[in-house]
Amino acid sequence: MEDCLAKKMEITVSEAEKRTGRNAMNIQETYTAYLIETRAVESQSEGQCAPVESLWRRYSEFELLRNYLSVTYPHIVVPPLPEKRADFVWHKLSADNMDPDFVERRRIGLENFLLRVASHPVLCQDKIFYAFLMQEGGWKEMVNETGFQLKADSRLKALNATFRVKNPDKRFTELKHYSDELQSVISHLLRVRARVADRLYGVYKVHGNYGRVFSEWSAIEKEMGDGLQSAGHHMDVYAASIDDILEEEEHYADQLKEYLFYAEALRAVCRKHELMQYDLEMAAQDLTSKKQQCEELATGTVRTFSLKGMTSKLFGQETPEQREAKIKVLEEQIQEGEEQLKSKNLEGRDFVKSAWADIERFKEQKNHDLKEALISYAVMQISMCKKGIQVWTNAKECFSKM
Amino acid sequence: MLEDFRVLPRCPGKGWPLEVLKQTNLDLSLPNGTPVDTSSPASSSSLLNRLQLDDDLDVETRDLFVTVDDPKKHVCTMETYITYRVTTKTTRAEFDLPEYSVRRRYQDFDWLRSKLEESQPTHLIPPLPEKFVVKGVVDRFSEEFVETRRKALDKFLKRITDHPVLSFNEHFNVFLTAKDLNAYKKQGMALLSKMGESVKYVTGGYKLRSRPLEFAAIGDYLDTFSLKLGTIDRIAQRIIKEQLEYLVELREYGPVYSTWGGLEGELSEPLEGVSACIGNCCTALEELSEDMTEDFLPVLREYILYAESMKNVLKKRDQVQAEYEAKLEAVALKREDRPKVPTDVEKCQDRVECFNADLKADMERWQNNKRQDFRQLLMGMADKNIQYYEKCLTAWESIIPLLQDKPETK
Repeated sequence: MEDCLAKKMEITVSEAEKRTGRNAMNIQETYTAYLIETRAVESQSEGQCAPVESLWRRYSEFELLRNYLSVTYPHIVVPPLPEKRADFVWHKLSADNMDPDFVERRRIGLENFLLRVASHPVLCQDKIFYAFLMQEGGWKEMVNETGFQLKADSRLKALNATFRVKNPDKRFTELKHYSDELQSVISHLLRVRARVADRLYGVYKVHGNYGRVFSEWSAIEKEMGDGLQSAGHHMDVYAASIDDILEEEEHYADQLKEYLFYAEALRAVCRKHELMQYDLEMAAQDLTSKKQQCEELATGTVRTFSLKGMTSKLFGQETPEQREAKIKVLEEQIQEGEEQLKSKNLEGRDFVKSAWADIERFKEQKNHDLKEALISYAVMQISMCKKGIQVWTNAKECFSKM
Repeated sequence: MLEDFRVLPRCPGKGWPLEVLKQTNLDLSLPNGTPVDTSSPASSSSLLNRLQLDDDLDVETRDLFVTVDDPKKHVCTMETYITYRVTTKTTRAEFDLPEYSVRRRYQDFDWLRSKLEESQPTHLIPPLPEKFVVKGVVDRFSEEFVETRRKALDKFLKRITDHPVLSFNEHFNVFLTAKDLNAYKKQGMALLSKMGESVKYVTGGYKLRSRPLEFAAIGDYLDTFSLKLGTIDRIAQRIIKEQLEYLVELREYGPVYSTWGGLEGELSEPLEGVSACIGNCCTALEELSEDMTEDFLPVLREYILYAESMKNVLKKRDQVQAEYEAKLEAVALKREDRPKVPTDVEKCQDRVECFNADLKADMERWQNNKRQDFRQLLMGMADKNIQYYEKCLTAWESIIPLLQDKPETK
């Protein structure tokens, strides 16, 4: 990780801007553009500050980058993008993707994505990624020239593979299972958390009504008046404090969301492994059947009932020359197939090896990140409790003076 | 003798210095149970009595202690009901024994209250907890409900006990001491209707010209007070409702971390920790809502009813004044014939003045009680919330080491 891009370069997504433009269909549309700023770190040591390079990118360009990365590096758990539309939010937050709070959180999410890619040992070396950061014009064309889309596997093929793989790798099956479970548990967690936030918001805000009624009540009381009035003020403070608390909690939700999407990235690796395994099994099957045909032709026995067997019975035997030619073609194909199988085997082994290395890396990163997230969540809760104690202690002081 | 009591230490709560009580009682019983001061304490117009009343508040002299406890459920063929033990300890000469213990049910308390209202019309009678509960919402025989009601009944009797006039009421005495209250209830019917006579008013026909300013002010105060308390009651109920809904979500939230923990290796322990922590917060929240439901709301309700009682007394006062004014008017018309003011009009004037004096004293007492009660109530609410947050704080702080303990994987 010593020479990864993140060490050589400071990367920030520093601004988000609403823009209006025309899309491919020439229809007016509004979108958000993000300003990416980069600065080389190396030259700092030479005493001169490197100039800041900056360029604008849209969310869809980030999507294209990620697509390219995940097709090009099938064995890598490619960092996910932040959500396109606000999801799992508590009612007070707007689900509108032009909402300034949402745009701001997405800006942070996109920056996080770039940093994750830049610090990934393999991804950070990618030329297209580098160009994404440095070269505003012509980048899209450059991506398309790589022809990565041709390598993208169709959904149908992937689906086929899932159901037909005969000897799935146990480790990948387990990992796939884990990804499914992780995705389901995090999405459940996020949903419940949003409801918890909603209810907590209610509890705090209803206390705000005490503020008003204490103040009104204080007007008719002689000795109790002052105490009530100031206690009411503390109730107002209490009710208002929940806004910041929940705003901060949203950051925690975003951290969890990243791993919700990571679960999908993990599953993508498993899927690619399945496809590879499927290809391998198909090739092996093809080879076996060819070998069988060859043997049948050579010995003249038909072991299995086949159309070929039927035709030969109906229309009589082929001439020996014809048979020889057929055997020759088959033998060539078998040799070719064996080589192919060999290379596929090799490729598969390589894939498993590098995929597993990246999965291990991912697991470490995940354990570390989530522990950090849990700690920061606990710290948030602690600060909320302390605020609560403070407000109620102040209120008690006022009540005691009544 | 009575002086001796004044130096008795005040017994907080239910405690009663039995030793002292026994001794003093022995001494007191010597002059055949007749107190030295024979001026009837039940006479509401006694100025002396009112002065004593004010002293009492400061010195906290007590010679009558009543507690309500030990609720019991009775299941009969006809009905099911709860009785409460009413224990009395006293050195008052009006009582034959120093100690009584009887069992009373809600309708007995209700009877007492209506008797007090009838025989002490010029006084503010403390409210009883509401008789009816919304069916289905609260189980009338649940432990929580019975306990809440017990507390309210206890408070009701304590408020009467603390009252310089009401505590000497004959019906109150009977309520505390009679073995068979029902017999007394029947027998008392005829007898008591006479006592009620003196407080019957001429209804209708006369309308009060104007409430004196100070009573108008009390009336206005009570209106606003009821209104504000009603709002507070609604807010408190709403908060409890929100808290319970929050609790429902929180109870689902914790276990999700556990489920997640089951999928993980290294993260398993931290996730389980968070789950347990949320569980602790749930327990703390449950306690908070329970305290609010059982301690906070009943006191609010009592005061809402109290304000209603006070408004009723105020109305009665207005009627008495109206009666007086009507009589005065009638006399004024006839003045030319008979120059002397008839004695019944003078009596009427006396009654208005007595009523006014009683009411003012009761209002003042009530204001004092209210201030203390609300200070206690609101401080209690603050305390309960502080405790809740402290419990949550401890829970969250305790899992921080668990989250940090594992060596960083690098």
